[in-house]
Parts: sequence; C-alpha cells; structure tokens
Amino acid sequence: MSKDTLGYAEPAFQIVMPGQPGDVPATPKHVPHRGGTMNPSVEALRAQFGAVIGRAEVMWGDTTVYVERTKVAEVCAWLQHEPSQSYEYLVDVTAVEHRDAMRPIEVVWHIRSIKFRRFLRIKAEIAKDGKTPLAVPSVWGIWKGADWLERECYDMFGIRFEGHPDLRRILMWEQYKEGFPLRKDFPMRGRFSRSEQLKQALAANPEARYSMEELSIADAFEDLPSDMRHRLTGGEKTGE
Amino acid sequence: MGLTPRPDPATAVSWNPATQEGWITTRLDFLVNWGRSNSLWPMPFGTACCAIEFMASAASHFDLARFGMERMSFSPRQADVLICAGRVPFKLAPVIRRIYQQMGQPKWVISMGACASTGGMFDSYAVVQGIDTIIPVDVYVPGCPPRPEGLIYGIMMLQKKVMEERMSNTALRDEMMPDPTSQLYIPPSRIDELSEPFGNSVHQNRSAP
Amino acid sequence: MATATDKRTIEVALSTTGLSADGKPQRIPLGAEGLISPNPAMEPELEGEHMLINIGPQHPATHGVLRLVLELDGETVVRCIPHVGYLHCGFEKIGEYRQYNQIIPWTDREDYLNSMGNNVAYALGAERLFGIEITERCKVLRVIAMELSRIISHLVWLGTTCIDIGAFTPFLWSFQERENVYNLLERWTGARLTTSGTRVGGMIADVPAGWTDQLRHFIDTFPKTLDECERMLNKNAIWVGRTVGLGVMTPEEALNYGLSGPMLRASGVAYDVRKDFPYLDYETYDFDVPVGTNGDVYDRFLVRQEELRQSVRILDQALKRLPEGPVNIDDPRVILPPKHKATSEMESMIHHFKLVMEGPRPPIGEVYVPIESPKGEKGYYFVSDGTAKPVRWRIRPPSFVNLSAIPKMVEGHLLSDVIAINASIDIVMGEIDR
Repeated sequence: MSKDTLGYAEPAFQIVMPGQPGDVPATPKHVPHRGGTMNPSVEALRAQFGAVIGRAEVMWGDTTVYVERTKVAEVCAWLQHEPSQSYEYLVDVTAVEHRDAMRPIEVVWHIRSIKFRRFLRIKAEIAKDGKTPLAVPSVWGIWKGADWLERECYDMFGIRFEGHPDLRRILMWEQYKEGFPLRKDFPMRGRFSRSEQLKQALAANPEARYSMEELSIADAFEDLPSDMRHRLTGGEKTGE
Repeated sequence: MGLTPRPDPATAVSWNPATQEGWITTRLDFLVNWGRSNSLWPMPFGTACCAIEFMASAASHFDLARFGMERMSFSPRQADVLICAGRVPFKLAPVIRRIYQQMGQPKWVISMGACASTGGMFDSYAVVQGIDTIIPVDVYVPGCPPRPEGLIYGIMMLQKKVMEERMSNTALRDEMMPDPTSQLYIPPSRIDELSEPFGNSVHQNRSAP
Repeated sequence: MATATDKRTIEVALSTTGLSADGKPQRIPLGAEGLISPNPAMEPELEGEHMLINIGPQHPATHGVLRLVLELDGETVVRCIPHVGYLHCGFEKIGEYRQYNQIIPWTDREDYLNSMGNNVAYALGAERLFGIEITERCKVLRVIAMELSRIISHLVWLGTTCIDIGAFTPFLWSFQERENVYNLLERWTGARLTTSGTRVGGMIADVPAGWTDQLRHFIDTFPKTLDECERMLNKNAIWVGRTVGLGVMTPEEALNYGLSGPMLRASGVAYDVRKDFPYLDYETYDFDVPVGTNGDVYDRFLVRQEELRQSVRILDQALKRLPEGPVNIDDPRVILPPKHKATSEMESMIHHFKLVMEGPRPPIGEVYVPIESPKGEKGYYFVSDGTAKPVRWRIRPPSFVNLSAIPKMVEGHLLSDVIAINASIDIVMGEIDR
C-alpha cells in the first residue's frame, strides 16, 4: 500500500461469486416428498469411502446421507478439500432425538457448497443402547464455525464432540445441574421446582469472569514470543 | 375503583389524627415527590422485544423526554427506576438482582411486558416466572410487547405512586434481605412441601405440557 | 435469463481513515507512517499486567444481554471471550410441545427486529414440510413483508450503531421511519413488533383497504431519510476514521467461520440466499446485492445501507405486481375455513374444530428451508413424525454463528473499536440465545 496513493484504493479482496457460470437458480416448486434428484456428492462419497457411507435419501428436495459416527470428520474434511465437492460452508450442527425411545439419536450436519450451489445433510446415528458413547468427532478443525454450534449441541443434548478445543456449556450456566434440556426425558419446565431453580440460579456468581480458559490466558500471555507481544501491545492487527 | 371517590392524595386532608402532619411537612412531601416523579431516571434493563418498544418510546414519536426520562442511565448507581423490559432467564437472574442492589434509594421497578411480570409465554425450564420473585416490583405493565402508550401509562402510574409517598413512612425505603437465621425465614424446600396439597405454581413442572 | 445474475454486485470500494484534499475518502492501513505509529521504543518495563474487564451483560452498547470479557493491555485487546446464553428461554424445547401454527408467535420473539421475516421463514419451511404450494398473492405479500422487516431491522442496526459510535441523531431518524413501518404492520397484522403474520398455508389476513396506498407513500418518502443519513455519515471523517480497517475478515475466513448476510458479503463473498437458493420467486425481481471488498466495519455499513435501498426497489416492484386473488390456500386440512362457512356448514365446522384442537398434521419427514434474513442465512429445520407437534424444531441462528467470530475480529484492536465491531455484526440476542 504505497503512501502516494490518494483517492480510491485497490480493493483488498477479490469478489467470490457463488455457483458456476450458466447457473440459473429458481424457486423450487412442487417439490416431491420423496424421490427427486439426489445430490451428486453422495455418489462421489460412496466412490471415495465405500461402506462408511450408509443409506441416502431425498426428502422434500434435500439430500440426506447417513455416515458412520466415527468417520464423520474424515468425510467432512474430504468434502471440504476435494475440488469437485468444495463444501466450504458449514450451515448448522444439531441433533435430533426422536420420541420413539428405540430410535437412535441423530447428529445432523448441514453443509453447503457455495461454488456448486449444493446443500447436503449428513447424519450420524448414535444408538441409545448404553454401549455406544454419546460422542462424535468434532469438525471444528475443518470449519471454525462449528465452535459454538457444537458447544450448543453439547449443552442441549450432552453429545460430546471429540477434538473440540473448549467444549463447555454455552446457553445454560456452566454449573447447571438439571441435565441436558433438549433430551426427550427432560420435562419442559425443568426437573426441579421453580423455587429450587431460582435458588440455584441466584447462587451463581454473576461476576465470575475467571473460567478456566480465561485464567489460563492471562498466564499464557507471558509465554508468547516477544515480537508477538510487542505487536499486540503496539496496536497492530494480528490477523493471519 | 371503589364505590366512594377517593380523595386526591396530594391535596387531601389527612384523616387519622395520629398521623396528622404539619403544614410544612405536607408541602415538603409534595415538593420532594414532585421533583422525584418528574425526573425519574430510568435504568433500562432491556433484554428482548420489550426493549425495542422501550427504545421506540424513547424515540421522537412517543418521546419519554416529556416525563424527564430521556436521560437513560445505564449505570445503576445513577438511576431511579429500573425498567425491566423483556424476558429474564435464570442465567440473568443474579445479574438483575445485583443491579437492583446496586441502585441507590429511592428506587422503583417497572416490570414491562408479560415476560418480566409473569414469565409470559415462556413457561419453560429457563425463564424466571416473573421478576417479582427476585426483586420488588412497583408497577406491572402488561402486553407482549406493550405499546409505547401502555408503557407511558405505566410510567404515569408510577408517578402517581411516587406522589403518594410520605416522608413519615420510614418503611418505604427499607431494604430487607431474607435472613436465613431469622425465625420467620422459610427455606424453599419447606415452601415446596407446604404448597404441595394446594398445587402451587412451584410445582408447575408436574402439570401437562 | 441473463439479467438478474448479471447485475449482481455493486462494488463498494470506498474506505479510508480520512478525506483527501478533494473530499474523497482514503484508505490507508492503520499503522502506516504518519498515522498511528506503533512506538517501537516502548520500554518493556512499562508493559505491566493485563486487565480483564467485563462488558455486560447489562450494557447499553452490547445490543442485548451479551457479555464480553476482554483481556486488555492498556487499551489494546489481547483476547476477547464472549459469553452468551443470558437470554436463553428454551424456544426449541417449547416448539416440541406446540402445534405448527402455535409456534408462530415464538418465531416473532426470537429475532424480534425481523419478526415478519421470521414468520415467513417459518411458514416456508412448514409449507415445504406439508407439501403445499401457496397462492400467488400470498407470495407477493410475503415478499413485501420480508422486505419491510428487512428495512426495520436495518434501521435499528443503523440507529444503534450510530449511538454506539457516537452520533445520536440518526437513531431518532431511523426510529421515526420505523414508526411508519410499524403503522403499516399494525394495520395488517394487529401488532407493531410481534406480528405473527403468517400461518401455514397463508397469512393471518389479507391487507386491508388503503394499505397499498400507505405502502406506496412509504416507498416514496423513505429514500429521503436514507439520503439524509448518507449525507451525514458516509463521508464524515469521524465516522470513516472510526470504522475503516476494523474487524477485517478475509473471504476464506468468513466462509470458514460460517458468517452469512452482510458480514459475509462485506468480505467479498457474494452469497445471498435470495439469489442462490431462491424462494418466493425472488429470481423474478430485479435487484442488486451489494458486496464489499475490504471486509471491515465501514464496508458492512455501506453494504447494509445499500441493502436498504435495494429493499425499497423490491418493494416497489412487488407492489406493482401484487395480484388479486385469495391469500390463503383452499386446503381445509391445513388452513382454517372462512368464518362465515365455519359457522354455517357442518363440514367446515368439523375442519375448524380439528384444526384448532389438534392442529394440522404433516407427513413424516424433515426439511430445512433457508431465507435471507437481515442478519444472514436463517432457516428452520423441522423434523416431523406425522403428529401435530414437531419432533424437533431447530432454528439456525445467523447472529449466533456471526458472533462466534468476534474473538477473531477484535484481537489487536482498541477497546472502543470493540464496540464498533460488535455493532457491525448486527446481533440480536433473542436469536443467539433462543
């Protein structure tokens, strides 16, 4: 950025246009309940991963593919890096517990390819048989947006995301004792009585700013390399 | 609204000879209350949709400045009235109590909206069913959200309440904390036991969804 | 069809820390010579300890109950840790205990600045789940509703951002304009803010007589307020100096963090759900999508301002093409029959009874329909097991994901910049915490 550039500067980023040239997106009309065009990524996934990919179905125009629980991170990483798939955007991470107690809990990832204008729903089933751990690999390393989404899923369902850097409660307070609210065995008004809930809520210290992460940061500053410390104290941005 | 018209408190003659006040204290009461009610500095504890209606009340169309309330003090130390606008979940409960305790006397509380007054439509595991379970409330403004005219009506009602205060009433500005060592204190678990046969709302989680 | 996607982007390539001699804004990175020079001679022993300060949850500038814990070295932010959840009310849990039409009031309260937009988003998702197509008039009315609520949401953003950065007057202007929209919404749905304006299969009611004239008047007068705000802010050296170069997100980072809406578009990714995954026939409307190229707070500001103008453009077109006809579909399994029929015909009365007591029941399935809310990509994910209450009702919250990028954006900036960056994300806590 030269000093003698007066007037309008060069833009910093190139504009990324979604889709491919020649795409004409339109409002879907009369979408069938089942059937319909499957997302081509499913075939590519089967070709790449084989038996790890379970069944796939098209429901109201969206393609859902079932993936084995422990392999989800690899599948997602491939979907992101592979140039023919290019799923750069994570839309959502959530879970569904069905009313039928026999059905497994499904962890759902919604991902989107901006380049190819595709949408895919990946599901992993966790059987409620007491033997399968209620855990799935975290996709935080692949999409940073999964950070809070996975924390919320943990907070609401109790599903652990292995590999997440800081898996703690986000919507309820950290010492919340009643359980995981969105499970089907959790009553809508909570397990404790209202006065007990109030008593526990008031016992929390609103000024508690020192969670473990925060305490460790203050100490960790000393360990940063000195030029980084100087840069931070000098006010310059630290963007990578 | 009773059957007999109530005398206007600001000018009526006091009935009870035991509380017969002198002319000067009556005038002083009026002066102090007039000053307080016309310059209530609100502390907007705005959480949700009611906060937007509160902002709309403060904006130019409905204009809270005509009530002396345009100086929103976001620091509780400098505020007179805490307007709780919006739903208060359990995670926020200690915060609102702490803020109420930080306010200096004289202080009042307006509970704006259905959620602040009773929990509103959020009868769930996470929402306090009415901030009057945590802090004392002077005026409840119903609505979801209340129209700015509704909030203004509530503010005017608070102003009338402030005008009715008397300096001789020392209990008004007393702030009592529940004292666990006192003989009168009943712990929450005992309250639950006592209210069981009556189906008190403390056991709401037993009723149908 | 080459028209709609060609006029896709408006490059807003302005940025600066000040104005040049001929009044043009200039963009020079912070830390360049002659501006803020980092003092290399700063003695190490003056570094001292870091301060952990707490902003919120009750704070005027946090746009709701957000709590930011900042680790400061002097005025520079070394680390930021946001805490959310102070407005968590259990929407998704409540949704599992309500019929499909009963959930609509909750969609208002969740993103309360964009309530009509949320109602429409919900109805689109529910109608896809039920497998029904709405009438043409309903589609155009919903486009009008969505753009009106986009306008009021962006106006709140504008007003509160101006207050945060220090300019109080645009707040009053934008709220005055919002009153006009509130009057429109109140005439239509009965409520100013929490409209509950849609139902599965249609709307709460058709627009009353004279409403379109009032909307036309609004469309004609609103751009003047926008011009006033633009005159006041866009080339204002203080405004520009306080917003340029802050909180920059590169396009790759923005995509990776899952940002959406104006946050993503200001970073150069031209993704708008209305253009890329259209709904309600948005591909037939002629509008542009502003895209920034520098990814900072000033670009987000320009993008949102331009979106306001484009919304007015869409409203104009929608109003011109509003067709006559019924608003609600004619399916008695889903939509309530008209009152006069329900009180006179037996069959309609039975339908009415079943719909009110049990609620409409969709087939077994699941669906996710995203829309472009003013905050970003919003969608409701429904899972149905054939009963009248959903098994799972998930809200995909754009502000939640946008806010998770704030630690990245504020590192290295000053404390007052944190407020400006927070304002530029345009969060609404009701949606973040649900």
